[in-house]
Amino acid sequence: MPILVIAEHDNASIKAGTLNTLAAAQAIGGDIDLLVVGSGCGAAAEAGAKIAGVSKVRVADAAHYADGGAENVAALVAANAAGYSHILAAASTFGKNVLPRVAAQLDVAQISDIIGVESADTFRRPIYAGNAIATVQSADAVKVITVRTTGFDAVAETGGSASVEAIDAAADTGLTTLVGRELTKSERPELGAAGIVVSGGRGLGNGENYHSLLEPLADKLGAALGASRAAVDAGYVPNDYQVGQTGKIVAPQLYVAIGISGAIQHLAGMKDSKVIVAINKDEEAPIFQVADYGLVADLFEAVPALTQALG
Amino acid sequence: MKILVPVKRVVDYNVKVRVKADASGVDIANVKMSMNPFDEIAVEEAVRLKEAGVATEVIAVSCGVAQCQETLRTAMAIGADRGILVQTDEELQPLAVAKLLKTLVEKEGPQLVILGKQAIDDDANQTGQMLAALLNLPQATFASKVAIADGKATVTREIDGGLETLSMSLPAIVTTDLRLNEPRYATLPNIMKAKKKPLETVTPADLGVDVAPRLKTLKVEEPPKRSAGIKVADVAELVAKLKNEAKVI
Repeated sequence: MPILVIAEHDNASIKAGTLNTLAAAQAIGGDIDLLVVGSGCGAAAEAGAKIAGVSKVRVADAAHYADGGAENVAALVAANAAGYSHILAAASTFGKNVLPRVAAQLDVAQISDIIGVESADTFRRPIYAGNAIATVQSADAVKVITVRTTGFDAVAETGGSASVEAIDAAADTGLTTLVGRELTKSERPELGAAGIVVSGGRGLGNGENYHSLLEPLADKLGAALGASRAAVDAGYVPNDYQVGQTGKIVAPQLYVAIGISGAIQHLAGMKDSKVIVAINKDEEAPIFQVADYGLVADLFEAVPALTQALG
Repeated sequence: MKILVPVKRVVDYNVKVRVKADASGVDIANVKMSMNPFDEIAVEEAVRLKEAGVATEVIAVSCGVAQCQETLRTAMAIGADRGILVQTDEELQPLAVAKLLKTLVEKEGPQLVILGKQAIDDDANQTGQMLAALLNLPQATFASKVAIADGKATVTREIDGGLETLSMSLPAIVTTDLRLNEPRYATLPNIMKAKKKPLETVTPADLGVDVAPRLKTLKVEEPPKRSAGIKVADVAELVAKLKNEAKVI
Protein backbone atom coordinates (compact mmCIF):
# COMPACT_ATOMS: atom_id res chain seq x y z
CA MET A 1 0.00 0.00 0.00
CA PRO A 2 1.22 3.53 -0.71
CA ILE A 3 2.44 6.05 1.87
CA LEU A 4 0.92 9.50 2.31
CA VAL A 5 3.25 12.37 3.18
CA ILE A 6 1.69 15.67 4.25
CA ALA A 7 3.61 18.56 2.70
CA GLU A 8 4.44 21.72 4.56
CA HIS A 9 4.48 24.69 2.23
CA ASP A 10 3.93 28.42 1.82
CA ASN A 11 1.68 28.02 -1.25
CA ALA A 12 4.63 28.75 -3.57
CA SER A 13 7.22 26.19 -2.49
CA ILE A 14 7.63 23.09 -0.35
CA LYS A 15 9.49 23.53 2.95
CA ALA A 16 12.79 21.78 3.49
CA GLY A 17 11.52 19.50 6.27
CA THR A 18 9.18 17.78 3.83
CA LEU A 19 12.22 16.57 1.85
CA ASN A 20 13.55 14.80 4.96
CA THR A 21 10.10 13.37 5.66
CA LEU A 22 10.00 11.97 2.12
CA ALA A 23 13.36 10.31 2.81
CA ALA A 24 11.82 8.58 5.85
CA ALA A 25 8.93 7.44 3.62
CA GLN A 26 11.45 6.03 1.13
CA ALA A 27 13.16 4.13 3.94
CA ILE A 28 9.81 2.50 4.75
CA GLY A 29 9.36 1.65 1.05
CA GLY A 30 6.44 1.79 -1.36
CA ASP A 31 4.81 4.39 -3.59
CA ILE A 32 4.65 7.86 -2.05
CA ASP A 33 1.79 10.31 -2.45
CA LEU A 34 2.36 13.90 -1.38
CA LEU A 35 -0.65 15.76 0.00
CA VAL A 36 -0.65 19.53 -0.49
CA VAL A 37 -3.39 21.27 1.48
CA GLY A 38 -3.83 25.01 1.18
CA SER A 39 -5.56 27.89 -0.50
CA GLY A 40 -4.11 28.98 -3.82
CA CYS A 41 -1.39 26.37 -3.45
CA GLY A 42 -1.07 25.31 -7.09
CA ALA A 43 2.56 26.43 -7.32
CA ALA A 44 3.46 24.40 -4.24
CA ALA A 45 1.78 21.36 -5.79
CA GLU A 46 3.81 21.86 -9.00
CA ALA A 47 6.98 22.12 -6.92
CA GLY A 48 6.00 18.94 -5.08
CA ALA A 49 5.58 17.06 -8.35
CA LYS A 50 9.24 17.74 -9.20
CA ILE A 51 10.59 16.22 -5.98
CA ALA A 52 12.45 12.95 -6.51
CA GLY A 53 10.53 9.87 -5.40
CA VAL A 54 7.02 11.30 -5.31
CA SER A 55 4.54 9.19 -7.32
CA LYS A 56 1.52 11.42 -7.10
CA VAL A 57 0.68 14.84 -5.70
CA ARG A 58 -2.83 15.19 -4.31
CA VAL A 59 -4.02 18.77 -3.86
CA ALA A 60 -6.87 20.05 -1.73
CA ASP A 61 -7.28 23.74 -2.50
CA ALA A 62 -9.95 25.62 -0.56
CA ALA A 63 -10.31 28.90 1.30
CA HIS A 64 -10.69 27.19 4.68
CA TYR A 65 -7.22 25.63 4.32
CA ALA A 66 -5.50 29.03 4.05
CA ASP A 67 -4.41 29.06 7.69
CA GLY A 68 -3.31 25.43 7.90
CA GLY A 69 -5.47 24.95 10.99
CA ALA A 70 -5.20 21.54 12.65
CA GLU A 71 -8.93 20.92 12.76
CA ASN A 72 -9.53 21.33 9.02
CA VAL A 73 -6.29 19.72 7.84
CA ALA A 74 -6.76 16.71 10.14
CA ALA A 75 -10.34 16.22 8.96
CA LEU A 76 -9.16 16.19 5.34
CA VAL A 77 -6.29 13.77 6.02
CA ALA A 78 -8.53 11.41 8.00
CA ALA A 79 -11.10 11.44 5.21
CA ASN A 80 -8.41 10.47 2.69
CA ALA A 81 -6.53 7.96 4.85
CA ALA A 82 -8.14 4.83 3.43
CA GLY A 83 -5.74 2.81 1.30
CA TYR A 84 -2.55 4.13 2.90
CA SER A 85 -0.25 2.04 5.09
CA HIS A 86 1.53 5.05 6.59
CA ILE A 87 0.80 8.76 7.03
CA LEU A 88 3.85 10.94 7.66
CA ALA A 89 4.59 14.58 8.40
CA ALA A 90 7.64 16.43 9.68
CA ALA A 91 7.81 16.85 13.46
CA SER A 92 7.50 20.63 13.03
CA THR A 93 4.98 22.71 14.96
CA PHE A 94 2.65 22.12 11.97
CA GLY A 95 3.06 18.34 11.94
CA LYS A 96 2.91 18.04 15.71
CA ASN A 97 -0.30 20.05 15.74
CA VAL A 98 -2.08 18.10 13.02
CA LEU A 99 -1.01 14.45 13.12
CA PRO A 100 -2.09 13.41 16.64
CA ARG A 101 -5.52 14.74 15.71
CA VAL A 102 -5.47 12.54 12.60
CA ALA A 103 -4.32 9.50 14.60
CA ALA A 104 -7.10 9.89 17.18
CA GLN A 105 -9.70 10.29 14.44
CA LEU A 106 -8.46 7.02 12.93
CA ASP A 107 -8.25 5.38 16.40
CA VAL A 108 -4.56 4.56 16.01
CA ALA A 109 -1.43 5.46 17.94
CA GLN A 110 0.93 8.12 16.69
CA ILE A 111 4.63 7.41 16.59
CA SER A 112 6.35 10.72 17.37
CA ASP A 113 9.63 12.07 16.12
CA ILE A 114 11.16 8.98 14.49
CA ILE A 115 14.89 9.04 13.72
CA GLY A 116 15.17 5.60 12.12
CA VAL A 117 13.16 2.99 10.23
CA GLU A 118 13.83 -0.64 11.17
CA SER A 119 11.00 -2.10 9.10
CA ALA A 120 7.55 -1.10 7.89
CA ASP A 121 6.13 -1.40 11.42
CA THR A 122 9.19 -0.77 13.62
CA PHE A 123 10.81 2.60 14.24
CA ARG A 124 13.45 4.22 16.41
CA ARG A 125 12.65 7.35 18.39
CA PRO A 126 14.34 9.37 21.12
CA ILE A 127 12.77 9.58 24.58
CA TYR A 128 13.85 11.42 27.75
CA ALA A 129 15.32 14.35 25.82
CA GLY A 130 17.33 11.96 23.66
CA ASN A 131 19.00 10.27 26.63
CA ALA A 132 17.49 6.98 25.48
CA ILE A 133 16.46 5.63 22.10
CA ALA A 134 13.37 3.41 22.00
CA THR A 135 12.62 0.91 19.26
CA VAL A 136 8.84 0.64 18.97
CA GLN A 137 6.57 -1.61 16.94
CA SER A 138 3.06 -0.66 15.87
CA ALA A 139 0.27 -3.17 15.33
CA ASP A 140 -2.15 -0.52 14.02
CA ALA A 141 -3.50 -0.81 10.49
CA VAL A 142 -2.27 2.69 9.61
CA LYS A 143 0.98 4.01 11.03
CA VAL A 144 0.72 7.72 11.74
CA ILE A 145 4.22 9.11 12.16
CA THR A 146 6.01 12.41 12.70
CA VAL A 147 9.58 12.52 11.46
CA ARG A 148 12.53 14.21 13.14
CA THR A 149 14.00 15.86 10.07
CA THR A 150 17.59 15.70 11.30
CA GLY A 151 17.30 11.90 11.33
CA PHE A 152 17.01 11.58 7.54
CA ASP A 153 18.99 13.11 4.65
CA ALA A 154 16.74 15.16 2.38
CA VAL A 155 15.65 13.74 -0.97
CA ALA A 156 16.47 15.77 -4.09
CA GLU A 157 14.17 18.71 -4.70
CA THR A 158 14.13 17.98 -8.42
CA GLY A 159 14.25 15.01 -10.77
CA GLY A 160 10.71 13.76 -10.23
CA SER A 161 7.70 14.03 -12.50
CA ALA A 162 4.70 13.08 -10.42
CA SER A 163 1.14 13.49 -11.58
CA VAL A 164 -0.96 16.15 -9.88
CA GLU A 165 -4.52 15.31 -8.90
CA ALA A 166 -7.07 17.58 -7.26
CA ILE A 167 -9.10 16.08 -4.43
CA ASP A 168 -12.29 17.34 -2.82
CA ALA A 169 -11.99 19.53 0.24
CA ALA A 170 -13.60 18.28 3.42
CA ALA A 171 -16.33 20.41 5.00
CA ASP A 172 -15.10 23.44 6.93
CA THR A 173 -15.14 22.54 10.64
CA GLY A 174 -15.34 26.23 11.56
CA LEU A 175 -13.72 25.46 14.92
CA THR A 176 -10.96 28.07 14.98
CA THR A 177 -10.30 31.45 13.40
CA LEU A 178 -6.85 32.87 12.77
CA VAL A 179 -6.60 36.34 14.33
CA GLY A 180 -3.09 37.08 13.20
CA ARG A 181 0.52 36.00 12.86
CA GLU A 182 3.68 37.64 14.01
CA LEU A 183 6.41 35.96 12.03
CA THR A 184 10.08 36.63 12.54
CA LYS A 185 11.50 38.16 9.39
CA SER A 186 15.03 37.17 8.60
CA GLU A 187 17.37 37.06 5.64
CA ARG A 188 19.28 34.27 7.33
CA PRO A 189 18.98 30.56 6.58
CA GLU A 190 16.16 28.70 8.33
CA LEU A 191 17.32 27.45 11.72
CA GLY A 192 16.15 23.88 11.19
CA ALA A 193 17.88 23.50 7.84
CA ALA A 194 21.01 25.69 8.16
CA GLY A 195 24.50 24.33 7.59
CA ILE A 196 25.93 26.52 10.32
CA VAL A 197 24.18 27.71 13.47
CA VAL A 198 25.44 30.37 15.87
CA SER A 199 23.60 30.06 19.15
CA GLY A 200 23.64 32.26 22.26
CA GLY A 201 22.72 31.81 25.88
CA ARG A 202 22.42 33.62 29.14
CA GLY A 203 26.15 34.37 29.16
CA LEU A 204 25.44 37.18 26.70
CA GLY A 205 23.69 39.11 29.46
CA ASN A 206 21.02 40.86 27.42
CA GLY A 207 19.36 41.06 24.01
CA GLU A 208 21.50 43.97 22.86
CA ASN A 209 24.68 41.98 23.42
CA TYR A 210 23.12 38.98 21.69
CA HIS A 211 22.47 41.01 18.55
CA SER A 212 25.63 43.12 18.54
CA LEU A 213 27.96 40.15 19.12
CA LEU A 214 26.30 37.24 17.34
CA GLU A 215 24.85 38.88 14.23
CA PRO A 216 28.22 39.96 12.76
CA LEU A 217 29.57 36.46 13.40
CA ALA A 218 26.51 34.82 11.82
CA ASP A 219 26.86 37.16 8.83
CA LYS A 220 30.47 36.10 8.31
CA LEU A 221 29.58 32.43 8.52
CA GLY A 222 26.29 32.62 6.59
CA ALA A 223 24.77 31.04 9.68
CA ALA A 224 21.32 30.84 11.21
CA LEU A 225 20.87 32.20 14.71
CA GLY A 226 19.68 30.09 17.62
CA ALA A 227 19.39 30.41 21.38
CA SER A 228 19.08 28.49 24.61
CA ARG A 229 15.83 28.47 26.53
CA ALA A 230 17.34 30.82 29.10
CA ALA A 231 18.01 33.43 26.41
CA VAL A 232 14.48 33.13 25.03
CA ASP A 233 12.85 33.25 28.48
CA ALA A 234 14.88 36.35 29.29
CA GLY A 235 13.56 37.97 26.12
CA TYR A 236 16.85 38.34 24.22
CA VAL A 237 15.25 36.77 21.14
CA PRO A 238 11.81 35.44 20.04
CA ASN A 239 10.60 31.89 20.83
CA ASP A 240 11.33 30.52 17.38
CA TYR A 241 15.09 30.82 18.07
CA GLN A 242 14.97 28.17 20.80
CA VAL A 243 17.06 25.05 20.28
CA GLY A 244 16.33 22.12 22.59
CA GLN A 245 14.14 19.24 23.68
CA THR A 246 10.95 21.20 23.25
CA GLY A 247 12.19 23.80 20.78
CA LYS A 248 13.90 23.19 17.46
CA ILE A 249 16.09 20.16 16.88
CA VAL A 250 19.08 21.02 14.72
CA ALA A 251 22.01 19.04 13.31
CA PRO A 252 24.11 21.45 11.26
CA GLN A 253 27.65 20.90 10.01
CA LEU A 254 28.82 23.43 12.57
CA TYR A 255 27.11 24.55 15.78
CA VAL A 256 28.72 27.40 17.69
CA ALA A 257 27.43 27.65 21.27
CA ILE A 258 28.26 30.99 22.86
CA GLY A 259 27.61 31.63 26.54
CA ILE A 260 25.48 28.48 26.76
CA SER A 261 26.10 26.24 29.76
CA GLY A 262 24.60 23.13 28.13
CA ALA A 263 21.62 21.87 30.15
CA ILE A 264 20.49 18.41 28.99
CA GLN A 265 17.36 19.98 27.52
CA HIS A 266 19.56 22.16 25.27
CA LEU A 267 21.94 19.34 24.35
CA ALA A 268 18.89 17.31 23.24
CA GLY A 269 18.37 19.85 20.48
CA MET A 270 21.89 20.05 19.04
CA LYS A 271 24.09 17.12 20.03
CA ASP A 272 23.78 15.48 16.62
CA SER A 273 25.56 18.44 15.00
CA LYS A 274 28.65 17.37 13.05
CA VAL A 275 31.06 19.78 14.71
CA ILE A 276 30.31 21.62 17.95
CA VAL A 277 32.23 24.67 19.14
CA ALA A 278 31.66 26.04 22.63
CA ILE A 279 32.83 29.40 23.93
CA ASN A 280 32.22 29.84 27.64
CA LYS A 281 34.19 31.34 30.49
CA ASP A 282 33.21 28.52 32.87
CA GLU A 283 35.48 25.59 32.09
CA GLU A 284 33.20 23.27 34.07
CA ALA A 285 30.19 24.06 31.83
CA PRO A 286 28.56 20.81 30.60
CA ILE A 287 28.59 22.12 27.03
CA PHE A 288 32.32 21.29 26.91
CA GLN A 289 31.47 17.59 27.38
CA VAL A 290 29.95 17.49 23.90
CA ALA A 291 32.05 20.16 22.18
CA ASP A 292 34.66 19.14 19.61
CA TYR A 293 36.45 22.42 20.16
CA GLY A 294 36.09 24.24 23.43
CA LEU A 295 37.40 27.72 24.12
CA VAL A 296 37.42 28.80 27.74
CA ALA A 297 37.31 32.56 27.38
CA ASP A 298 35.35 35.72 28.00
CA LEU A 299 32.90 35.73 25.12
CA PHE A 300 32.90 39.54 25.00
CA GLU A 301 36.51 39.35 23.81
CA ALA A 302 36.49 36.02 22.02
CA VAL A 303 33.44 36.54 19.80
CA PRO A 304 34.56 39.85 18.22
CA ALA A 305 38.03 38.32 17.78
CA LEU A 306 36.51 35.29 16.05
CA THR A 307 34.41 37.49 13.77
CA GLN A 308 37.55 39.50 12.95
CA ALA A 309 39.64 36.38 12.32
CA LEU A 310 37.13 35.06 9.82
CA GLY A 311 38.01 38.05 7.62
CA MET B 1 -16.85 27.59 34.43
CA LYS B 2 -14.78 24.55 35.28
CA ILE B 3 -11.26 23.91 34.03
CA LEU B 4 -9.85 20.40 33.81
CA VAL B 5 -6.07 20.03 34.06
CA PRO B 6 -4.47 16.66 33.39
CA VAL B 7 -1.12 16.19 35.15
CA LYS B 8 1.50 13.47 34.62
CA ARG B 9 3.97 12.02 37.08
CA VAL B 10 7.36 11.84 35.38
CA VAL B 11 11.05 11.51 36.22
CA ASP B 12 12.19 14.91 37.53
CA TYR B 13 13.66 17.12 34.81
CA ASN B 14 16.99 17.36 36.62
CA VAL B 15 17.56 13.60 36.62
CA LYS B 16 19.70 12.10 33.88
CA VAL B 17 18.04 8.75 33.29
CA ARG B 18 19.93 5.48 32.82
CA VAL B 19 18.97 2.77 30.40
CA LYS B 20 18.48 -0.65 32.04
CA ALA B 21 21.11 -3.28 31.27
CA ASP B 22 18.53 -5.60 29.70
CA ALA B 23 17.40 -2.79 27.33
CA SER B 24 13.80 -3.11 28.56
CA GLY B 25 13.46 0.54 29.47
CA VAL B 26 14.96 3.26 31.62
CA ASP B 27 15.62 2.69 35.29
CA ILE B 28 13.16 4.73 37.34
CA ALA B 29 13.56 2.84 40.63
CA ASN B 30 14.62 5.24 43.39
CA VAL B 31 14.62 8.18 41.01
CA LYS B 32 13.03 11.49 41.97
CA MET B 33 9.59 11.86 40.39
CA SER B 34 7.82 15.20 39.84
CA MET B 35 4.96 16.75 37.97
CA ASN B 36 5.71 17.15 34.27
CA PRO B 37 6.93 20.79 33.97
CA PHE B 38 4.51 21.67 31.15
CA ASP B 39 1.64 20.39 33.32
CA GLU B 40 2.75 22.64 36.16
CA ILE B 41 2.41 25.55 33.75
CA ALA B 42 -1.08 24.25 32.89
CA VAL B 43 -2.12 24.11 36.56
CA GLU B 44 -0.72 27.59 37.15
CA GLU B 45 -2.67 28.99 34.19
CA ALA B 46 -5.90 27.39 35.37
CA VAL B 47 -5.41 28.69 38.92
CA ARG B 48 -4.70 32.21 37.58
CA LEU B 49 -7.94 32.06 35.59
CA LYS B 50 -9.75 31.11 38.78
CA GLU B 51 -8.06 33.92 40.72
CA ALA B 52 -9.09 36.33 37.96
CA GLY B 53 -12.71 35.28 38.42
CA VAL B 54 -12.93 33.61 35.00
CA ALA B 55 -13.06 30.04 36.30
CA THR B 56 -15.01 28.73 39.27
CA GLU B 57 -13.33 25.37 39.79
CA VAL B 58 -10.05 23.73 38.79
CA ILE B 59 -10.04 19.94 38.65
CA ALA B 60 -6.71 18.11 38.36
CA VAL B 61 -6.65 14.64 36.81
CA SER B 62 -3.83 12.14 36.72
CA CYS B 63 -3.76 8.74 35.05
CA GLY B 64 -1.38 6.03 36.26
CA VAL B 65 -0.07 4.31 39.36
CA ALA B 66 -1.22 4.98 42.94
CA GLN B 67 1.72 7.37 43.52
CA CYS B 68 0.15 9.82 41.03
CA GLN B 69 -1.81 10.94 44.10
CA GLU B 70 1.32 12.90 45.06
CA THR B 71 1.23 14.67 41.70
CA LEU B 72 -2.42 15.54 42.28
CA ARG B 73 -1.59 16.85 45.76
CA THR B 74 1.07 19.07 44.16
CA ALA B 75 -1.55 20.40 41.73
CA MET B 76 -3.90 21.07 44.64
CA ALA B 77 -1.10 22.82 46.56
CA ILE B 78 -0.69 25.18 43.58
CA GLY B 79 -4.44 25.83 43.77
CA ALA B 80 -6.51 23.11 42.09
CA ASP B 81 -9.73 22.49 44.03
CA ARG B 82 -9.92 18.72 43.77
CA GLY B 83 -8.30 15.74 42.13
CA ILE B 84 -9.31 12.66 40.17
CA LEU B 85 -6.93 9.72 39.90
CA VAL B 86 -7.55 7.19 37.16
CA GLN B 87 -5.57 4.43 38.76
CA THR B 88 -3.93 1.61 36.84
CA ASP B 89 -0.59 -0.20 36.79
CA GLU B 90 -0.87 -0.71 33.02
CA GLU B 91 1.40 1.24 30.69
CA LEU B 92 -0.67 4.16 29.41
CA GLN B 93 -0.02 5.56 25.95
CA PRO B 94 -1.31 8.96 24.75
CA LEU B 95 -4.35 7.61 22.87
CA ALA B 96 -5.48 5.69 25.97
CA VAL B 97 -5.00 8.76 28.18
CA ALA B 98 -6.96 10.89 25.70
CA LYS B 99 -9.82 8.36 25.84
CA LEU B 100 -9.82 8.38 29.64
CA LEU B 101 -9.84 12.18 29.67
CA LYS B 102 -12.69 12.25 27.15
CA THR B 103 -14.94 10.33 29.54
CA LEU B 104 -14.05 12.72 32.37
CA VAL B 105 -14.70 15.78 30.20
CA GLU B 106 -18.10 14.37 29.31
CA LYS B 107 -18.83 13.76 33.00
CA GLU B 108 -17.48 17.05 34.41
CA GLY B 109 -18.36 19.37 31.54
CA PRO B 110 -15.37 21.76 31.75
CA GLN B 111 -15.28 24.70 29.33
CA LEU B 112 -11.52 24.50 29.09
CA VAL B 113 -8.99 21.68 29.33
CA ILE B 114 -5.41 22.86 29.74
CA LEU B 115 -2.68 20.25 29.23
CA GLY B 116 1.09 20.33 29.00
CA LYS B 117 2.15 20.23 25.35
CA GLN B 118 4.47 17.33 25.95
CA ALA B 119 5.64 15.06 28.77
CA ILE B 120 9.38 15.06 29.27
CA ASP B 121 9.58 11.27 29.58
CA ASP B 122 8.07 9.92 26.34
CA ASP B 123 8.34 13.30 24.54
CA ALA B 124 5.22 12.32 22.57
CA ASN B 125 3.36 15.66 22.30
CA GLN B 126 0.03 14.03 21.41
CA THR B 127 -2.51 13.85 24.24
CA GLY B 128 -4.09 17.32 23.93
CA GLN B 129 -4.50 17.09 20.17
CA MET B 130 -5.96 13.58 20.50
CA LEU B 131 -8.40 14.69 23.19
CA ALA B 132 -9.53 17.58 20.98
CA ALA B 133 -10.08 15.17 18.09
CA LEU B 134 -12.05 12.66 20.19
CA LEU B 135 -14.31 15.44 21.49
CA ASN B 136 -14.42 17.25 18.13
CA LEU B 137 -13.36 20.46 19.88
CA PRO B 138 -11.07 23.29 18.77
CA GLN B 139 -7.43 23.04 19.85
CA ALA B 140 -4.77 25.64 20.58
CA THR B 141 -1.45 23.89 21.08
CA PHE B 142 1.87 25.38 22.30
CA ALA B 143 0.15 28.35 23.93
CA SER B 144 2.13 31.33 25.19
CA LYS B 145 -0.90 33.47 26.05
CA VAL B 146 -4.50 32.60 26.89
CA ALA B 147 -7.37 35.09 27.24
CA ILE B 148 -10.96 34.09 27.95
CA ALA B 149 -13.87 36.44 27.31
CA ASP B 150 -17.49 36.19 26.12
CA GLY B 151 -17.42 32.41 25.74
CA LYS B 152 -14.36 32.55 23.54
CA ALA B 153 -10.70 31.75 24.00
CA THR B 154 -8.05 33.85 22.27
CA VAL B 155 -4.78 31.96 22.33
CA THR B 156 -1.32 32.96 21.11
CA ARG B 157 0.70 29.96 19.96
CA GLU B 158 4.43 29.47 19.53
CA ILE B 159 5.01 28.19 15.99
CA ASP B 160 8.16 27.53 13.97
CA GLY B 161 8.20 30.94 12.31
CA GLY B 162 7.14 33.01 15.34
CA LEU B 163 3.70 33.46 16.89
CA GLU B 164 0.11 33.05 15.76
CA THR B 165 -3.12 33.97 17.51
CA LEU B 166 -6.29 31.90 17.22
CA SER B 167 -9.81 32.57 18.38
CA MET B 168 -12.23 29.76 19.23
CA SER B 169 -15.48 29.12 21.01
CA LEU B 170 -15.50 27.28 24.32
CA PRO B 171 -15.24 24.50 25.21
CA ALA B 172 -11.70 24.22 23.87
CA ILE B 173 -8.45 22.35 24.42
CA VAL B 174 -5.25 24.28 25.13
CA THR B 175 -1.72 22.89 25.48
CA THR B 176 0.98 24.92 27.19
CA ASP B 177 4.37 26.07 26.00
CA LEU B 178 7.19 27.32 28.22
CA ARG B 179 6.45 31.03 28.01
CA LEU B 180 2.80 30.85 29.11
CA ASN B 181 3.63 31.61 32.74
CA GLU B 182 6.10 30.91 35.52
CA PRO B 183 4.49 28.50 37.99
CA ARG B 184 4.48 29.56 41.64
CA TYR B 185 6.11 27.57 44.39
CA ALA B 186 3.57 25.88 46.61
CA THR B 187 3.74 27.33 50.10
CA LEU B 188 3.74 25.11 53.18
CA PRO B 189 0.25 26.19 54.33
CA ASN B 190 -1.06 25.43 50.84
CA ILE B 191 0.67 22.04 50.83
CA MET B 192 -1.04 21.27 54.15
CA LYS B 193 -4.38 22.50 52.84
CA ALA B 194 -4.01 20.37 49.72
CA LYS B 195 -3.94 17.24 51.85
CA LYS B 196 -7.52 17.90 52.89
CA LYS B 197 -8.89 18.58 49.41
CA PRO B 198 -11.09 15.86 47.85
CA LEU B 199 -9.34 13.21 45.77
CA GLU B 200 -11.48 10.67 43.97
CA THR B 201 -10.07 7.43 42.56
CA VAL B 202 -11.54 5.59 39.59
CA THR B 203 -10.21 2.89 37.26
CA PRO B 204 -10.15 2.68 33.45
CA ALA B 205 -12.72 -0.11 33.76
CA ASP B 206 -15.04 2.20 35.72
CA LEU B 207 -14.79 4.64 32.82
CA GLY B 208 -15.30 1.87 30.26
CA VAL B 209 -12.04 2.58 28.43
CA ASP B 210 -9.76 -0.05 26.89
CA VAL B 211 -6.24 1.22 27.64
CA ALA B 212 -4.29 -1.63 26.03
CA PRO B 213 -1.07 -0.21 24.51
CA ARG B 214 -0.96 0.08 20.73
CA LEU B 215 2.80 0.38 20.49
CA LYS B 216 5.16 -2.27 21.77
CA THR B 217 8.57 -1.16 22.97
CA LEU B 218 11.03 -3.74 21.68
CA LYS B 219 14.10 -2.22 23.27
CA VAL B 220 15.52 0.94 24.80
CA GLU B 221 19.18 1.77 24.25
CA GLU B 222 21.72 4.42 25.12
CA PRO B 223 22.20 6.94 22.32
CA PRO B 224 25.59 6.94 20.63
CA LYS B 225 27.98 8.73 22.94
CA ARG B 226 29.52 11.94 21.84
CA SER B 227 32.99 12.22 23.26
CA ALA B 228 34.39 15.50 24.44
CA GLY B 229 36.88 17.02 22.03
CA ILE B 230 39.76 19.29 22.82
CA LYS B 231 40.19 22.69 24.40
CA VAL B 232 41.79 25.26 22.16
CA ALA B 233 44.02 27.97 23.61
CA ASP B 234 42.73 30.94 21.66
CA VAL B 235 40.65 32.19 18.75
CA ALA B 236 43.48 31.71 16.26
CA GLU B 237 43.81 28.04 17.12
CA LEU B 238 40.02 27.63 16.94
CA VAL B 239 39.87 29.13 13.45
CA ALA B 240 42.81 26.98 12.30
CA LYS B 241 41.15 23.80 13.60
CA LEU B 242 37.82 24.63 11.97
CA LYS B 243 39.54 25.35 8.65
CA ASN B 244 42.14 22.61 8.51
CA GLU B 245 40.97 19.80 10.76
CA ALA B 246 37.17 19.91 10.79
CA LYS B 247 37.03 21.65 7.38
CA VAL B 248 33.65 23.18 8.16
CA ILE B 249 34.47 26.80 7.31
